[in-house]
Amino acid sequence: MKFTLSWLKDHLETEASLDEILYALTDLGLEVEEVVNPADTLGAFRICRVIEAVPHPNADRLRLCRVETFPGGPGSTGVEVQVVCGAPNARTGLVGVFAPVGTFVPGTGVDLKPGVIRGVESNGMLCSERELELSDDHDGIIDLPADAPLGMRFIDYKGVNDPMIYIKITPNRPDALGVRGIARDLAARGLGRLKPQVVEAVKGSFASPVTVTIDPALKEKGCPLFAGRVICGVKNGPSPAWLQARLKAIGLRPISALVDITNFFTFDQNRPLHVFDLAKVAGGVLRIHPAKGGEELLALDGKTYTFRPGMMVISDAEQPESIAGVMGGEVSGCSDTTTDVFLESAYWDPITVATTGRALKINSDARYRFERGVDPAFTLPGLELATRMVVDLCGGEASEVVMDGAVPDVSRAYKLDPARVQSLVGMDIPEAEQRATLEALGFTLAGDMATPPTWRPDVLGEADLVEEIARVASLTKLVGRPMARAQVGVPKPILTPLQMREKAARRMIAALGYNECVTYSFIDGASAALFGGGTEAVRVENPISSEMTHLRPDLLPGLLQAAARNQARGFMDMALFEVGPAFHGGEPGEQHLQATGILVGATGPRDPFGARRSVDLYDAKADAEAVLAALGAPAKMQVGRKVAGWWHPGRSGAMALGPNMMATFGELHPKVLRALDVKGPVVAFTVLIANVPLPKTKTTTRPALAMSGLQAVERDFAFVVDAKVEALTLVNAAQGADKVLIERVSVFDEFAGEKAEAQMGAGKKSLAIAVRLQPVDKTLTDEDIALVAAKIVEKVAKATGGVLRG
Amino acid sequence: MDALSDLKAKYLTAISGAADEGGLEELRLAALGKKGEVSLKMRELGGMSPDERQVAGPALNALKDEIDAALRAKKAALGDLALDARLAAEWLDVTLPGRARRVGTIHPVSQVMEELTAIFADMGFSVAEGPQVESDWFNFDALNIPPEHPARQEHDTFFMARAEGDTRPPHVLRTHTSPVQIRAMTEKGAPIRVIAPGRVYRMDMDQTHSPMFHQVEGLAIDKNLSMANLKWVLEEFCRAFFEVDHVDLRFRASHFPFTEPSAEVDIRCSWAGGQLKIGEGDSWMEILGSGMVHPKVLAAAGVDASQWQGFAFGMGIDRIAMLKYGIPDLRAFFESDLRWLRHYGFAALDMPGLPGGLSR
Repeated sequence: MKFTLSWLKDHLETEASLDEILYALTDLGLEVEEVVNPADTLGAFRICRVIEAVPHPNADRLRLCRVETFPGGPGSTGVEVQVVCGAPNARTGLVGVFAPVGTFVPGTGVDLKPGVIRGVESNGMLCSERELELSDDHDGIIDLPADAPLGMRFIDYKGVNDPMIYIKITPNRPDALGVRGIARDLAARGLGRLKPQVVEAVKGSFASPVTVTIDPALKEKGCPLFAGRVICGVKNGPSPAWLQARLKAIGLRPISALVDITNFFTFDQNRPLHVFDLAKVAGGVLRIHPAKGGEELLALDGKTYTFRPGMMVISDAEQPESIAGVMGGEVSGCSDTTTDVFLESAYWDPITVATTGRALKINSDARYRFERGVDPAFTLPGLELATRMVVDLCGGEASEVVMDGAVPDVSRAYKLDPARVQSLVGMDIPEAEQRATLEALGFTLAGDMATPPTWRPDVLGEADLVEEIARVASLTKLVGRPMARAQVGVPKPILTPLQMREKAARRMIAALGYNECVTYSFIDGASAALFGGGTEAVRVENPISSEMTHLRPDLLPGLLQAAARNQARGFMDMALFEVGPAFHGGEPGEQHLQATGILVGATGPRDPFGARRSVDLYDAKADAEAVLAALGAPAKMQVGRKVAGWWHPGRSGAMALGPNMMATFGELHPKVLRALDVKGPVVAFTVLIANVPLPKTKTTTRPALAMSGLQAVERDFAFVVDAKVEALTLVNAAQGADKVLIERVSVFDEFAGEKAEAQMGAGKKSLAIAVRLQPVDKTLTDEDIALVAAKIVEKVAKATGGVLRG
Repeated sequence: MDALSDLKAKYLTAISGAADEGGLEELRLAALGKKGEVSLKMRELGGMSPDERQVAGPALNALKDEIDAALRAKKAALGDLALDARLAAEWLDVTLPGRARRVGTIHPVSQVMEELTAIFADMGFSVAEGPQVESDWFNFDALNIPPEHPARQEHDTFFMARAEGDTRPPHVLRTHTSPVQIRAMTEKGAPIRVIAPGRVYRMDMDQTHSPMFHQVEGLAIDKNLSMANLKWVLEEFCRAFFEVDHVDLRFRASHFPFTEPSAEVDIRCSWAGGQLKIGEGDSWMEILGSGMVHPKVLAAAGVDASQWQGFAFGMGIDRIAMLKYGIPDLRAFFESDLRWLRHYGFAALDMPGLPGGLSR
């Protein structure tokens, strides 16, 4: 909402300074976004006189001017300045406008500097109106009458010293979409007096030749009141200078007197109006009715709209002429040749207007106001004020008012409890002041009941009364008051086990050397499809870009895309991770928490030790295990090969407890890497944090520690097995040989490949394990050990078909 | 006895001149071996008279001990020399780099979430969560934003696609963390104190906007909570979060459909020299929106508005992270540029807490 200070003063009698007004507006909740104050931008430009203008000694088209300037203002002593000027009208005796060195010239966008032009000094500028951005006039420099007061600021002389104020209006304050409403708020704050507004009816001298009807289907809700009158014999042309200046100051283009008048009331009173050219209204009727569907209208914005069934339109006897409350039609719009008009003032239902406007994608000043709610009681007074202005500015004779429907009754009252301001806000405001504030805002008080004014549709309860009082008194006065602790003593922990685990996973992965990323929750459909997503259920209807069309099914695609971006910048090795939601469906709650890390390229930079190598699946596995351990997962779990299709089928695995999958790790499928343009190798892990079981009971007591005094014995075994026998099968078999004595079995060597097959036969490999035996009650004899060893060999043979390597 | 002193002199001289352990061993055998000169002399003791033996025995033993001691000392000295030589040969260049170790980092958003959790936990707030795909009821209606309310348009909402034939209003990507208010109150009732940090989504992308960003919602409901309590809680939060001794907050009347009265909150700051300083100066910067929870919102969550009242606030996490740590560009938060992650990230062990302070 834009307005100017002088416009505000039409409604507000005030001595307050601009700064006081701006502060109050923001503090009242009418947040000032921008102020354009000509005194700040154009205050340095003053009226001057050219003492003498002579040709420039070195340039034909330039003149050398001795200029008398008055930096001290009117009546001060003149100061002579030398200026080189190229304007054709620069001449001796000219009274013009001077900008001293150091002034910012809006039209050129630069600060004036002292200069030397073709060998002659120039210390300032004689200006055109375009250089001040006051008009497009650049034929010559400003040429004022000889009696123009020397030294006066040009903006004062020209009458354009009127600050423009742009405020952000929250959706609850339609009343502040009119200058009068803003003035009312300021008056309530004590910044002046709201000038009374007298609405004198313009007496109609003939019956309206146009009749209006509201379809019964709309009377109840869509259009409670439609009023208007015919004005005959108007002369439409440019509106007067004051009106044009007003509109221009707030960024509107003056069109014609009739249109400018409707725009004026839109901003002055938040009362949108519409003027029909009577010559274009067929059959002398205007009907407000729901569209049948399929009708078309060329609207004032030059576009043709097709109505859906039920949309509210205004039609004459033949066709739609206006989209009710949203935008008028081009055909019945006013032109310079218009002589007879129908002036409309209606009260449209906010929801109906909003629905139609949104469906047709029209954003107009009228829609913006009607959908927030204009003052229904002002429908007829607004019509009278506008009629008066039309008759005053365009002449003509008004008919009687014609209308259908009635002003809707919006009266309601709420109890004013003076103690509520204290209990809800915590401010101490005397009851008399509370009542005075409400009355200044237009509320009617009867005892302890307050009736909101018709222009405040947002006031809908007692809390709103409190808000109005507190807002006008100023919330800056609010003093903080300590909030009691929720409990006495040391606070209890507040994080849930899952929240703790999310934090632990994040910290653990960072400790393992990964950099945490936060990538977008949405990605492109093609990338999503690589990871089992990209379905219709997770599609965003109105994505902001083609890169962000679907909710991510997994954290991997986002991280891989990040890796590709970093590779494009020359970073080939990296460890990235993210902890966040992935979406397995489009319904609320169809998301799950993942902790995903990727390792790309080599383990580290080249070094003198030759430690650098490509990352492999065992790096990812170790990190997955470390994360699971940090989350408290049991040490023993099954490792399976059933993984999703975006993993390398031979080089990836899943860690599970029964059916409960906790993590996946391994190499990414080469096709996926190619599609996402990531240069491999890439290994990754994903831990499903919520799938790690929580301990069944929480106790701080650790199980007792049994430490044997007897020395443990370690024996190594090497087995020849089929190449596809998995180490874990062998380890588990050995472990099962003696559940008491065998403390640990670990793989310490794998010998596979061509050389191994040459030694042990095609399709064979060797796996070597170390078995640690912990005696329980006596030192082991050689026979004891031999017995266990034989059992191990037997169990391994049974489980894997392996034999001891000779 | 001269023979013994000659022997002694001979061997001690030889021992001190021995060049290596081998030579030393030869000398030992020559003197003390089975057929060594000293050993042979010992054998002669048997043929002596008791008187002679009494004199010669101790002298011979003393000679044997002396030579033995000299042998040992020389052996130790030779060993030390050999070790010195080996150590000198084992010189390594200590200026070579240590074996590289990857250094991980925590994203500023995660770090700041933990910081604010630490602060609000101390004031008794727990952490609530909610889904990021929300029904429009939770995201709007329950928060007193009915379907045609103009505020809905201002939310720049992302909608989920609706399958044909599914006539429900489309789900939305939550535009704010406020729907968690409803979920938390519905689940736990009143009194309640929760914060809800998390991702939110708006259809907006330019220098200062990202289609995804992070908010933290705060909600406190009790019998007698007022806006003055809200102001105190926010003052305490800002003081602790920005790690300054004093902050000044200014409440400014505003409007949010879910609070009544509503206020936008500005914090006093200075931009002198292009450097933001919180708590001093003459500038005010908007940092959050807040207000007293609207009775309709309480009702939507099944809380009796005649019994309970309280406040709510919402704050941009990315934004306060930018302010606190001097991070210039919001969009870079989500670009995962390694240089950015390393520069603005936090160490894994930098765990924010009140006893040790939020940041190093």
